[in-house]
Amino acid sequence: MLMMAVSVGLLFATGAYMLMRRSLVKLVVGLVLLGQAANLLIYVASRPLRGRPPLVEPGASLPPDPHSDPLASALVLTAIVISFGIASYTIVLIKRAYEDVGTADLKEFTTTDC
Amino acid sequence: MNSVIFRSSTQVLLPFMLTVSVVVLFRGHNEPGGGFVGGLLAASGFALHAMAFGYRSAQDTLRIDPRVLIGVGLFIAAGSGIPSLLVGEAYLQGLWITLEPYGFPEPLKVGTPLAFDVGVYLLVLGAAFLMVCTLEEYRHDADDGS
Amino acid sequence: MLVTLPILVPLLACAACLALWGRVRAQQVVAVATAALMVVVGVTLLHAVLTQGIQAAALGGWAAPYGVALVADPLGAVMVLLTAIVGLAVAVFSIGGTTEARWANGHAALMLAMLGAISGAFVSGDLFNIYVWFELMLLSSFVLLTLGGERAQLEGAIKYVTLNLLSSMVFLAGVGLVYASTGTLNLADLAIRLDAMDDAQRATALGAPLLVAFAIKAAAFPLYFWLPASYHTPPPVVSALFAGLLTKVGVYTLIRVTTLVFDQERALLADAVLLTAGLTMVSGVLGAMSQNDIRRILSFHIVSQIGYMLMGLGIALHAMPPGDPAVLPETAVLALSGAVFYIIHHIVVKTNLFLIAGAIQAERGTGDLERLGGMARTHPVLAGLFLFSALSLAGIPILSGFWAKVILVRAGLEEGTYLIVGVSLAVSLLTLFSMMKIWTRAFWGEPAEPRATPSAGAWARLVPIWFLASITLAIALGAPWVYEFATSAAQAALLPDAYIETVLPGPEVGVQPATPETGGRP
Repeated sequence: MLMMAVSVGLLFATGAYMLMRRSLVKLVVGLVLLGQAANLLIYVASRPLRGRPPLVEPGASLPPDPHSDPLASALVLTAIVISFGIASYTIVLIKRAYEDVGTADLKEFTTTDC
Repeated sequence: MNSVIFRSSTQVLLPFMLTVSVVVLFRGHNEPGGGFVGGLLAASGFALHAMAFGYRSAQDTLRIDPRVLIGVGLFIAAGSGIPSLLVGEAYLQGLWITLEPYGFPEPLKVGTPLAFDVGVYLLVLGAAFLMVCTLEEYRHDADDGS
Repeated sequence: MLVTLPILVPLLACAACLALWGRVRAQQVVAVATAALMVVVGVTLLHAVLTQGIQAAALGGWAAPYGVALVADPLGAVMVLLTAIVGLAVAVFSIGGTTEARWANGHAALMLAMLGAISGAFVSGDLFNIYVWFELMLLSSFVLLTLGGERAQLEGAIKYVTLNLLSSMVFLAGVGLVYASTGTLNLADLAIRLDAMDDAQRATALGAPLLVAFAIKAAAFPLYFWLPASYHTPPPVVSALFAGLLTKVGVYTLIRVTTLVFDQERALLADAVLLTAGLTMVSGVLGAMSQNDIRRILSFHIVSQIGYMLMGLGIALHAMPPGDPAVLPETAVLALSGAVFYIIHHIVVKTNLFLIAGAIQAERGTGDLERLGGMARTHPVLAGLFLFSALSLAGIPILSGFWAKVILVRAGLEEGTYLIVGVSLAVSLLTLFSMMKIWTRAFWGEPAEPRATPSAGAWARLVPIWFLASITLAIALGAPWVYEFATSAAQAALLPDAYIETVLPGPEVGVQPATPETGGRP
């Protein structure tokens, strides 16, 4: 658990750091890392138990106590699917932007600045 | 990618991956698997084909435009919740019927969650394949330009 | 049943448009018909909410607080209706206002997916579900924004995507923290459990990441740059859709969670919201004054007007006594009803102004004030419609914006928050100034350059503008009724007992839901 909590913090820190770099690619890496950090946070938040999956035995209607919280896994799965879609869109976007602007340096992206 | 080994193994792998993806899809309700994983498996089969023979060839093998697949999949998935609305239950509530086809070892349960999974399968297959195509397309365009 | 329709109708239509890939004419018919159907659904839903009380549904038969709850209270229902109205106007305008190629690349499907996601966010009764709708809304808006792929679009999109994804991650992290502390994500259930936790500071701390995330989505100060950097880049009709609805989803969720869930330390929140509101108004309007492009000016005005909505919310929170009062203070109801009135008026007027900017661009080929002029002589009807909408936005007496501002100012004076009242009046003057700037430079004077050949489909551009203008007029003339409705919506939001009661009906709370055999997906 402690390991997981520490990795959540590390992921957030790395993601935030990457976001602040000037490279487009690092921007996307940062966004993906932040997403993973948030997913892991939700998972840790449900206090998962080692070796206690919430599986219902044949004939029973409830999983044996104590069991891990299945809802958090469902939430994380949904979030992963969403971040899969978003990440694929962003990768296509930065590829197009790189081809159009001709650089991956965010300081050059000033056409729309006010 | 110009490798004979890669190309010929892809030709063997694609039908195999598609079969497995369908198995994964149908066992998904009570065991690990389901529409999402199945769709991803199928899409990675086609992605492999796209890498070996180019995305146009993969597109020809798939035959249907991936965007139409997304549409049909979304339609089936979203529509699978409507029968339960019609019988007065909540949207997306599962409805099941048990079939006993001749010669089957055990009764077959068919329900709206199955339709939902099939819809998700098509949607994910279409979306993931579309993404691969889009990325490949730009790469080829860039190659032509240089 | 009724609550699921605002989501189901556009999503099914979106699927149909994708399945009809390549058949532009059919997609146009589907898009307009669906938007019209959504208006019907919106009216029916609003009628049901007003006559029978709050509507709720549990997807898949999994009872709240376990399953996905959909709830429509008066505020949510009117937002759904406004979404549908904007959707209809934008769908019709798209026929004359965007290129055939854009339609062939999925304009209709994306637009419908976005409308469905926005309606979903308005009727969602569950934090995680709101997240999912936000993401679907963002994803379709991303693609709508970049379809066509010009350099400005891509650059604007990178800023838009980065800040919005950042706010989504903050939102998701906040969801994780809330779930860790309370074990639930259902809004009604959260309201009960956070009150029962009896630790106001901790509850507010849990709310902080969520409020920051919603404030970014609402384009509140200081994280609003994504909006003026991106809204002028796509085709005008897409800007109109975004301008009308996207930020208002953020404002709506802010109102929802501050009144329903995180209401433990209202005084603290009120100060924060009022400060943000003032700074948002001022920075938005100052940004607008330095711009020379119609759509850029209008984009900055969105930011400034988000400030007015937050001002209503802030005064309402300021006026509420601590705890759960049995009787609502009148000032709080007045202030929040001002915010609701402002949102209703703003969505219609702002969309219309962007559509007018789109019509100007279609006629003259540019939105740059330096290169426009003399529109009043060549296009008197368009000029009249612009003047009407612009004056409504600035709040000239008896037009719709005037009533919204009068309510807000009166609430502010009653509550004694004079500073924000003063700021809002000054910003109002500056708004009038920059509307007049567009008027004098685009509509008066000599035509700066010979008329370019206008693109076809002028009727499809004018009909939705007339439609929205007549709704604006209806809001202005029917102000007493709109006010009455806004008051009831504000009361329902500030005193959420009925909301909680509908979602979690009495003694069944805590009963285990259906077994996996009868339920949906595990």
